[in-house]
Amino acid sequence: MLTARHKTGLVFFPAFDWAISPTHPEREERLLYTQDQVWEEGIFDIEGIREFKPDLVTIDDVQRVHFCVPDPWAVMTESHFISAGGAKTIGMALMSRQIERGFALVRPPGHHAMRVVHGSRGFCAVNIEAIMIEFLRARYKVRRVAIVDTDCHHGDGTQDIYWHDPETLFISVHQDGRTLYPGTGFTNELGGPNAMGATINIPLPPHTGEEGFLYTLEHVILPILREFKPDLIVNSAGQDNHYSDPITNMNFSAQGYAALTDRLKPHICVLEGGYSIEGALPYVNVGIILALAGVDFSRVREPAYDPERIRQPAMVTRRIEETCKEVMSLWDQRRLLRDRAGEAGQLVERDRNLFYDTDNILERQKETVRICADCGGAWRIDSVSDRRRRILAVHVPSHACRACQETGYRWFEQAPVDDYEKVFLQDRTKDKFRTRGANGPKT
Amino acid sequence: MIIGLDVGGTHTDVILLGTEGLVASVKVPTDPEDLFHTVLKGLEQITDGVPPDQIHRMVLSTTLTTNAIVQDRVAPVGMIVTGGPGIDPELYRTNSHYQIVGGAIDHRGRIVENLNPRDIKAIAKGFRREGIRLVGVVGKFSVRNPVHELEIERLLDKDFERVFLGHRVAGSLNFPRRIATTYLNAAVYPVHRDFFAAVQQSLKEKGLAVPIRILKADGGNMQFEASIDAPAQTILSGPAASVMGSLAFAPDEDEALVFDIGGTTTDMAVMVNGVPLLDPAGIELGGYKTLIRALETHSIGLGGDSHVRLENGELRIGPRRRGPAMAYGGQVPTPTDAMFVLGMIRTEGREAALAGITPLAAEMGLTPEAAAARIFDQTCQMMLDEAAAMLRRINSKPVYTVHEMLEGHTVHPKKVLILGGPALYFANRLEELSDYKVGVIPRWKVANAIGAALARTTCEVTLFADTERGVATAPEENYSETVGARFTGDEAVQLAFRLLRDKAVRLGGTAEAHEVEVVENLQFNMVRGFYTSGKNIRVRVQVKPGLIQGYDPVAGRLTD
Repeated sequence: MLTARHKTGLVFFPAFDWAISPTHPEREERLLYTQDQVWEEGIFDIEGIREFKPDLVTIDDVQRVHFCVPDPWAVMTESHFISAGGAKTIGMALMSRQIERGFALVRPPGHHAMRVVHGSRGFCAVNIEAIMIEFLRARYKVRRVAIVDTDCHHGDGTQDIYWHDPETLFISVHQDGRTLYPGTGFTNELGGPNAMGATINIPLPPHTGEEGFLYTLEHVILPILREFKPDLIVNSAGQDNHYSDPITNMNFSAQGYAALTDRLKPHICVLEGGYSIEGALPYVNVGIILALAGVDFSRVREPAYDPERIRQPAMVTRRIEETCKEVMSLWDQRRLLRDRAGEAGQLVERDRNLFYDTDNILERQKETVRICADCGGAWRIDSVSDRRRRILAVHVPSHACRACQETGYRWFEQAPVDDYEKVFLQDRTKDKFRTRGANGPKT
Repeated sequence: MIIGLDVGGTHTDVILLGTEGLVASVKVPTDPEDLFHTVLKGLEQITDGVPPDQIHRMVLSTTLTTNAIVQDRVAPVGMIVTGGPGIDPELYRTNSHYQIVGGAIDHRGRIVENLNPRDIKAIAKGFRREGIRLVGVVGKFSVRNPVHELEIERLLDKDFERVFLGHRVAGSLNFPRRIATTYLNAAVYPVHRDFFAAVQQSLKEKGLAVPIRILKADGGNMQFEASIDAPAQTILSGPAASVMGSLAFAPDEDEALVFDIGGTTTDMAVMVNGVPLLDPAGIELGGYKTLIRALETHSIGLGGDSHVRLENGELRIGPRRRGPAMAYGGQVPTPTDAMFVLGMIRTEGREAALAGITPLAAEMGLTPEAAAARIFDQTCQMMLDEAAAMLRRINSKPVYTVHEMLEGHTVHPKKVLILGGPALYFANRLEELSDYKVGVIPRWKVANAIGAALARTTCEVTLFADTERGVATAPEENYSETVGARFTGDEAVQLAFRLLRDKAVRLGGTAEAHEVEVVENLQFNMVRGFYTSGKNIRVRVQVKPGLIQGYDPVAGRLTD
């Protein structure tokens, strides 16, 4: 009988009755053939692999991460509560030691969802990995977390959420932003002043193949993980680097994804993108599951797999080597960069324009963060959309120092309520979310 | 009149039912070494003095194929397996003559690698040289397109007695289970065929020409002639017999648990609206995970004869039986002995029971009566806990749509129906210890044989349509037709129902074939580029397990 070397949990939630629109890549059919392959392979009969029914996330779970405008119900569908819930279920199973590794094979995805949510961007409304991670932090006191995002698109949402968090290492490997949505994720995006170096971006040129991904893993991702020493490794397992994906330009394969998973050894994988629903997903998902469980995956390949046809060009190899060298040099300078970011107590501001492509919304943000040597630092975001919704979002991090707590509360309590639709406070020291509105204070 | 027969581990129960109710019942000891004579003896005794033309139906539930598999007394089989991308089929090897050949089909049913006929010919030659007479042929995704299995069958010379094809086993996707089930069908084929042919022959000689029906694990039956194609369907029919038997007495229960309390084990099942729940995956037996449909039953090592002892000061009951209760001459104390000490059982044997409980009581620092009460309560509590765990498991089965996730039906029975040897004694205490209403199945001593007698002919059909490829197939039925782009989900359901009714009649069903329902009905638009290129439709329909029509009122009269 086939036995898994690592006890592995799976949540499979294909949302067979949910789509963004009938012909959208994020439609009912997306995981149909993956289900066929997983069922036909008899994956759930493997000793040590267990399927879990997803839980639903609560509003508290969502508000631990997001500031939804005007509230979570307005931006989420039932399917989002379940897909984030699926990730949470895997997290709980891991923490209670029912499993050693897990994979939330759920949709819709989440890695383009940022802290403030006016709508959906990049097919995502809420960030399902972040909701899971922050739940595990609140409930199980997990501290150091690493997220390795192997989706072909830059995980700009996850990056935004953890931009100021020195205890979360976010590594995104993706197709170069000059050639693909969302157009960000360059090597110089390293995190906010208090968390410089905890964000790592590795943009790879189009046509990167197995060789390039595994080179990046060995020369950047694994060395950085070894230094960061996370308690928990989460893989945002997008599958659109596949050579047959219709909306990207990479040359990765099922064998490559399985090998990457085998060497990365993530505790939790969460499905992100991947829209080659027949030619890639069935094989990539089986490869990832087997690699997680420690079952032989050497025969998992696409029917028409030909390594020669998808071999990466020599020029691409050189570009990748240069990028990796550059990223490692920035990583090595991270303390210096953090010191140069500013003096403790100083307030640093940045202005950004964000576009929600799925819902066609434009947002303008003014962000303020307190530089702090003792904690992640309090921050606030003044956000207004082109639909004239303006909110103020204030965040006090989990292990905030006294000064940052006071700063956060002052921002929240002294905000001119009449200027905003809502003023929010996310106080992670008390795991509380508070709201003030123009109609008087509410908690 | 109808005969029902159920072979148990110790006894074989046989009953005769007429329109007036239970006419007769007999119990004969089971001889596991000679089931043939056991069955024949039971049938002879029940028909003694009954004119053969009065008997129009006969259903047997035996342990024949189950024992053959568990004891590995099966025929040599040659397996030919085609894999393709994915897990190495070598890991699913069932037996020594197991050959993997090239050729692959993908999830849509498209050929992605061709067969090599020369490989098949060479393997066939080897099998013949080894004296193999039975062959199993299984392909990955063969239920989406059986072309390779059919081609292999054609390539195998007529020298083989019988070839079993994987896609005929079940419509579900599960390659390893398809391999195991096909193997078991082939492996138990000779023993199954010889046994029932012999029974039929013997009965014929006695003037009883009614066709034999055999009970399946899903609580339905099939005629002997039809069972030849899938003899493994008859494994583990025992628990199903009991559940169907309790159904005869509780047809209108909204939701109910059924406990069949035996000496060694207690089998549990769940009924919803008079229909027992089915296990969605399939039976596991002797290390084989199969696609054989079965009732959702949960068997625990706890019964009237379970071994009771203290381990590190803690009271332990089961999971093993170490002979009968001390009250009946056994060596170790049991819950039955506790019931003797408590005065619940008043036949002879209390002294022997007391002798077994007293030392335990001393160690627990209790009077023998108090210790017996503890033992009995713990036995009841363990049953209730296991039932709760089973319900939790059933209710936590994953679903795959938002609708089912949010509206999903969960099972919360308020009633327990119990049957089996010690059942009577347990009823009160189980009720006191729980929120359930507990009822004892009348005629519980022969409910299993009654269940066999009244079980319907059940079957299921899976239909898969892909309008882009222009095909609708029902692999188990060896059915395939071309369909146009406008083929709809409703048409698919109608087609599936038609195939189901044909199948039910073929298996021996009559009017009851109308008790059909849709189990699964999914339809997807396949979008390629930005246009809908076709529909992908999956339909599964079944004849619900239940009792044959016209006998529900009989069951009412059985309760006297």
